[in-house]
Amino acid sequence: MSVDYRKITLDGLWHNNPALVQLLGLCPLLAVTASVVNAMGLGLASTLVLVSSNLTVSLFRKLVPETVRLPIFVMIIASFVTAIELVMQALTYELYLILGIFIPLIVTNCAIMGRADAFAVKNPVRASVLDGLMMGIGFTVVLVLLGGMRELLGTGALFSNMHLLFGEAARNWELTVLTDYPGFLFAILPPGAFVGLGLLIALKNVIDARAEKRRRMLQKPTELTGSKRVRITG
Amino acid sequence: MSLIRMSSPHVYKTNTTANVMRLVLLATLPGIIAMTVFFGWGTLIQLVWAGALAVAFEAIILKIRRRPLGFYLSDGSALVTALLLAVAIPPFAPWWVTAVGIFVAIVIAKHLYGGLGQNPFNPAMVAYALLLISFPVEMTRWSAPFVLNGEGWPVASFFDTLGAIFGSVDSVWYDSFTGATPLDELRHRGGLTNEEAWRQSVVLSEGIGAWHAVSAAWLMGGIFLLYRKIITWHAPISMLLALAICSAMFYGYDPDNYAGPFFHLSTGATMLAAFFIITDPVSSATSNRGRIIFGAGIGVLIFIIRTWGNYPDGVAFAVLLMNLAAPFIDIYSQPRSYGHSKANKGQGGKA
Repeated sequence: MSVDYRKITLDGLWHNNPALVQLLGLCPLLAVTASVVNAMGLGLASTLVLVSSNLTVSLFRKLVPETVRLPIFVMIIASFVTAIELVMQALTYELYLILGIFIPLIVTNCAIMGRADAFAVKNPVRASVLDGLMMGIGFTVVLVLLGGMRELLGTGALFSNMHLLFGEAARNWELTVLTDYPGFLFAILPPGAFVGLGLLIALKNVIDARAEKRRRMLQKPTELTGSKRVRITG
Repeated sequence: MSLIRMSSPHVYKTNTTANVMRLVLLATLPGIIAMTVFFGWGTLIQLVWAGALAVAFEAIILKIRRRPLGFYLSDGSALVTALLLAVAIPPFAPWWVTAVGIFVAIVIAKHLYGGLGQNPFNPAMVAYALLLISFPVEMTRWSAPFVLNGEGWPVASFFDTLGAIFGSVDSVWYDSFTGATPLDELRHRGGLTNEEAWRQSVVLSEGIGAWHAVSAAWLMGGIFLLYRKIITWHAPISMLLALAICSAMFYGYDPDNYAGPFFHLSTGATMLAAFFIITDPVSSATSNRGRIIFGAGIGVLIFIIRTWGNYPDGVAFAVLLMNLAAPFIDIYSQPRSYGHSKANKGQGGKA
């Protein structure tokens, strides 16, 4: 069975993006994206879990009986989440406290379970790892975009508290875009996340529609010449 | 174009949307005049600013959506939305609060849902709720009625008000022209009983007259709309009755802790909501029976939010919650069409 690595990559990043198209894992997506650092922290953790669980599920795919596959997947995912949680507790303790319940809740992220059941269990190891990585990156990019939008609108600054994730060197990365900004609480509160995600999905649909239209426009002339009636008399 | 305001059987009306909106604007005149008299120039400045913004945003979004500009702009619905928001926010609210509110009302709550006639929520109330949770300081700094400020007509001068809205003034200025509303005062009275609160607070004992007068002015406008048959009596009357019955029950049970029906009916945004907000033809229930249920739900919710909620007034949240319930109410309150013994639910009703 040949594996189309290019298609896997594009699917994860764009065509079948877990956050924008599959709409999976919305709970953490909406809950923790109040700032870039929170979004990036949860995105990286989810990506790590996704890659490792896809790898493991794919390795054991021939040993797992069909009937009990879901409990087994949950156990695999839960052990990786626990490991990641301990790593975060050790390396980025403050971020671990901020993200709180949403780190253990990665277990229930449907995107991870979905990829294990829809892809990893049917595909070889290398393709599964790539799929996990690309889905994870696609998820993280949307998380960071949404976090950036909400942080900028809500507080007028970007990349504040990045030292929670990248150590002391990142403490002065904060970018004050709007000085003397009164703050816009709505963007930080959960309703702002829903509106923000809606706008991102709309943006993706607009880009897709434009691309489709351009593709059609380029194809049209060839179609026309193909259907032209051939002159047979005279 | 005319908005069809009934479910079937349809009765043709020559009333165009533009006509309806013009009469609604006319009916708000007494309320606007009363607010200007009691709270100063702020209301008028907000009205002009909000109206200009609403027309501008409407024109831009119509251009983007490639809709005919003149046709939609001349129906005046953007102006009505702007007006409702402008009288709902505090008269001294800074210019950007109004701007954010109008943007949310016109672009997000109205046009992203498909424009006039398609919005499930009342745009002005969406904007108000968003402003209230986003800018608590600016949105709770309501002007004090002039009767509390001293002799004569001591409201902030026109240019001072203009400066407060478009520039910045120090907080001392605000202190001399703003104050708690009666609903705030009753909400944050601590452990006092109603009677004690009334005796101690000037806002309640003297300032409340201003709120009674403003409510009476909105009621006048509402009666005009009823007389011209722009709105039906169902939603307003059932909302006011529900609010009065709820408050009367609790007031009768424990007059020390609960405010009486007259207080609830004549303060805050009760009258404005009853005649101008919940009668919005788009986001409310459509049949007469549906409107009664819709209005009663809002009345009960206003009482609940005012009495036990975090905010002193609950009109916006009550209206939004019942907007959510309106399609559901419509399914269960379909009128019987002529010739049928029961309402014909069609295929949609079975689900």
